[in-house]
Amino acid sequence: MNTPANLKYTKSDEWFDPETGAMGLSDYAQSQLSDIVFVEILVDEGDNIEVGKPIASVESVKASAEIYASAGGTVTGVNKALADKPETLNSDPYGEGWMVKVAGGTAADGMDSAAYEKYCEERSH
Amino acid sequence: MTYIPISPHERDAMLETIGVKSLDDLFEAVPAKHRFPNLNLPPALTEMEAMNELSGLAQANENVRSDLISFLGAGMYNHYIPSVVDHILRRGEFYTAYTPYQPEISQGTLQAIFEYQSLMAALTGMDVSNASHYDGATATAEAVNLAYAQFRGKRKKVVISPTVHPHYRAVIRTYAQGMELEIAGDEQSLVSNLDVATDSTETLISLTDDKTCLVIVQYPDFFGRVYDYTKLIDAAHARGALVCVVANPTALALFKTPGAMGADIVVGEGQPLGIPMWYGGPSVGFFTTRKSYVHKMAGRLVGETIDNRGQRAYVLTLTAREQHIKRERATSNICTNQGLIALGTAVYLSVLGKKGLRQVAELCYQKAHYAASQLSQIDGMGLCFTEPFFHEFALCVNRPVKEVNNHLLDHGIIGGYDLGQDYPALKDHMLIAVTEMNSKQDIDVLVEVLSEVSHD
Repeated sequence: MNTPANLKYTKSDEWFDPETGAMGLSDYAQSQLSDIVFVEILVDEGDNIEVGKPIASVESVKASAEIYASAGGTVTGVNKALADKPETLNSDPYGEGWMVKVAGGTAADGMDSAAYEKYCEERSH
Repeated sequence: MTYIPISPHERDAMLETIGVKSLDDLFEAVPAKHRFPNLNLPPALTEMEAMNELSGLAQANENVRSDLISFLGAGMYNHYIPSVVDHILRRGEFYTAYTPYQPEISQGTLQAIFEYQSLMAALTGMDVSNASHYDGATATAEAVNLAYAQFRGKRKKVVISPTVHPHYRAVIRTYAQGMELEIAGDEQSLVSNLDVATDSTETLISLTDDKTCLVIVQYPDFFGRVYDYTKLIDAAHARGALVCVVANPTALALFKTPGAMGADIVVGEGQPLGIPMWYGGPSVGFFTTRKSYVHKMAGRLVGETIDNRGQRAYVLTLTAREQHIKRERATSNICTNQGLIALGTAVYLSVLGKKGLRQVAELCYQKAHYAASQLSQIDGMGLCFTEPFFHEFALCVNRPVKEVNNHLLDHGIIGGYDLGQDYPALKDHMLIAVTEMNSKQDIDVLVEVLSEVSHD
């Protein structure tokens, strides 16, 4: 399980990068979903989003999930490339797999990487 | 595999949970005297007696195969059905209306649906077809669902041509309840106006704006007329809207496909492709679209793949978009199809082939045009429109259509659809459909009887 130390994590398995304002789906979540075949970002640049509101919808070969905002603020970027390459979420969830970037907002009370790893391990048993 | 829905023990546990002593207690709301009403049934019959009784009832029916000549269409058409279609449908392996719930063990069923999808995509000129819907009307309503979902509910207007089948427009309104959709283009005021019924392209373009998710037109339209919708589709695309073409599949063998015109969704009634009219159903609706919209398409979708031994195999694919997984976030609550009837259309199309279907379409076209030219020469009658048409046309009979049809029925002819029911401006007009099933002699009889009517 990959959980970069510079990120914050939510209980619904999203990450947030306080430095860049980017957010996305955790490595644990992508491995649980298996092969992702469809991504739809539900917000547009300029939208104001709140923590916990849906920002994206993801479909894998066997499941469907909503991705919730791990931080609030004004959307400054949407990763449009994901629509054509949804598998990026499996191969590079913290890099090319970013979904939405926000500015001027507040992060959710996120877990640090150690707490998130523990949280994931507890659920695996 | 045995199926035991519920054991006595489980039933008792459920009753206890909801605080009810016995099953009978659940029916207390029904007044006692209505619980087991006296049905006053006649004495039971033996099988032989029952067969006699039912055969007698069945003989009271009149049908278009042996008793009557039909010129009625308006959405369902009387075509010849090769006997092999029914032969295949009645095979036990296929004889179910449903996609199986453990689909991958039913490779034959999946392959049949895959073939159906491939044929429909080719016929409409589109990329992808789902496994079918209930009928043409519900397939059209699902096009609205797709477009609404594609824009995530941000575009709430649907523009519908007044010459889309009146029943389809009614079904769309039923589906759209609670969606806060604005439906424009076929308001009663526009429908009442004959000018609008004549050519609605410009009106439809002017109604299409940046809040419009979908524009719906019919091809040929309800009056049988054939238009090239390329200009309308380009104009709708320029405003960001999608376009759905409701098509007659037989006509597609003869005319430019909606795919070639740039349509985003093509839907329609599959009945003309080898399915009997059956007094109105069951039927099948086809639904094809572009690959880019497949994730918002309702219904089941069969794909081809390779199994772990490298052999060709079929699967239900992209299922996570369907409501049994995606729940309330899915495009539609439909996740079934008309498996058996869709199979019938696939058998029909494969038996006729590309040339055969075109031959059917040409026969319809030629015979309809012969009928139209003969009928238009009757004193006091005339064709309503001058535009090119396929196998259906509006005829002004200058007296109540019901009256004319009663007279025709006395001569063993089912007359045309009474257009005044839906289009007040077309009172005393009937919509006449002609197919390969109508011989020249049939048409000449129709002309003769209608000539008598006009001289009455």
